[in-house]
Amino acid sequence: MSNLAINVENVVKSFPAGDTRTYALKGATLDAKFGELLMIVGPSGCGKTTLLSVICGTLKCEEGRLTVFDHDLRAMKEGQITRFRCENVGFIFQQFNLIPTLTAVENASVPLILNGVSTAEATRRAGEVLEKVGIGEKRHSYPSQLSGGQQQRVAIARALAHEPRLIICDEPTASLDAATGQKTLDLLKSSALQPDRCVIVVSHDNRIYHFADRIAEMEDGRVTGIHNDPKNYHHA
Amino acid sequence: MLGIALKMLFRDRAKYAMLVCGLSFCSLLMCQQISVFCGLMMWTTATVRNIGAPVWVVDAKVEQANEVIPMRQIEVERVRSVPGVAWAVPLFIGMEQARLADGSFQNVQLTGLDTGTLTGRPMEMRAGRIEDLRLPNAVIVDQVAVEKFRKKGIKIQLGTTFEINDKEARVVGICHAARSFFGQPYIYTTFDRAMEYTKPTRKQLSFVLAGPSAGVTDEELAARISRLPGLRAITKDNLFWLTVLWYIKNTGIPISIGTVVILGIIVGIAIAGQTFYLFVHDNLRFLAAFKAMGARMPTLAAMVLLQAFSVGFIGYGIGVGLVSWFGSVVLVKEQPPFFMPWQVPTFVAIVIVFICSFSALIGLIKVARLEPAVVFR
Repeated sequence: MSNLAINVENVVKSFPAGDTRTYALKGATLDAKFGELLMIVGPSGCGKTTLLSVICGTLKCEEGRLTVFDHDLRAMKEGQITRFRCENVGFIFQQFNLIPTLTAVENASVPLILNGVSTAEATRRAGEVLEKVGIGEKRHSYPSQLSGGQQQRVAIARALAHEPRLIICDEPTASLDAATGQKTLDLLKSSALQPDRCVIVVSHDNRIYHFADRIAEMEDGRVTGIHNDPKNYHHA
Repeated sequence: MLGIALKMLFRDRAKYAMLVCGLSFCSLLMCQQISVFCGLMMWTTATVRNIGAPVWVVDAKVEQANEVIPMRQIEVERVRSVPGVAWAVPLFIGMEQARLADGSFQNVQLTGLDTGTLTGRPMEMRAGRIEDLRLPNAVIVDQVAVEKFRKKGIKIQLGTTFEINDKEARVVGICHAARSFFGQPYIYTTFDRAMEYTKPTRKQLSFVLAGPSAGVTDEELAARISRLPGLRAITKDNLFWLTVLWYIKNTGIPISIGTVVILGIIVGIAIAGQTFYLFVHDNLRFLAAFKAMGARMPTLAAMVLLQAFSVGFIGYGIGVGLVSWFGSVVLVKEQPPFFMPWQVPTFVAIVIVFICSFSALIGLIKVARLEPAVVFR
């Protein structure tokens, strides 16, 4: 197995805008390795989230090459991509996207159930992951009964429950205060990062850049630089 | 994921309650109104059901059971002469006024049965014996007469007397008969005495009741009798439906009841459709998250359909349950009219399935158009 988890080469993605098209990605190129936390940074509208969507298969790119865990995502059909996502990708969203009418453990069990695990087994395993992220005692609480940080922990548990190889995080600290944001990234790095996993984080928050192993800087739909020393990275 | 779908539905209590209430109200409105309509139509056929003869012979111009065009009494003999007729008897039905002991009047439907056979006799006697109808001045009254007279302060019992056209009528029995459309009490007597109670006219025979010989069907017999000039023979079932159809065509009842039923459907679609649309709309972000996490469209469709049909099933159950309870209460008093054959709840179930399908379809269109990438926006 190569150490390269994700390979993105000259990827182009556009969206219709009236009679013309707006290009969100104009030939983005990026690699991500197993066992690393790659952070994608850049100004608003530079294409960070579009690139993240293309990598996890929720958006299809029009040109370029896209390989995730040796799978050519561009050659795969919609159903195959959905299956691939179900088995291999864990999501942490900016707004958490926890179902308000489900308890923490029920929310965390959703990816397991989607992967065909029985409800009882999914609940047991989701409970274990909630313990691991330090929120086991809140397993029967609804999202509205949890603080922002606790909700993000549940979201992390949900992303990890089915042991995916790729964790996608979209602005994971955007809805959190500084201290909670730091704790969340700390938890994410310690619990999510494994030698056979890859974590990609899109963020604006320069207070968490030092958690990254590498930083990919984007501008105007392209990756303009890769920084291997995040601790000394200062975004312009 | 179906369990998750049900939890999402049941725990969103406000919308769940709204959906169930809307569909319950819709089911109740439709089921109750159609049952009242069926009850009314049953009232219109009360005479047919009370008398119960297999073949009814009437004047050729008669269109339904409550329309009486008097015939000559000789028509009984003409009917008896038709091959295949096992028996044929006269029947008188007419509106008369009963004068009570305190001088007040009550409209009654006088039914004169064949004196010899008492064909068309009431099926259920609550007091007295039917054979006593052959005693002088004897009449049998139904439960409606007992009720109506009681409201006028007169307690009807065996031996009670009143007058019909200045002639004494003595109650020798109390029966139970299907309530008539106009709500007048049934007064049973013999055909001969009915002729005495009514004003003499040239034609006084309302119906000839006939029965077929062995090997002849009711339909065959009716066809044979109908060949007689000036007469029309109708089987009991046909007369029942002719009467119902006549009231549907010639009265405003179907329009007024139909309006309420359509209103029920509109209310159901409006409340259930809109609320379910809102429910799906509010959950779109989460459905998109499911999609992003790998939920396929059939899974999401099954979730949405299960949610729609769960509220439909519960709403239908509550609505039809309430109507059944209402029916069991009113059936004791026989008022207002109420009759709920299995076709009514089946029809309502079909409408509810339509409403749920419509609601689910609106939601599914939204879900199908949903890009999983919206979760990142």
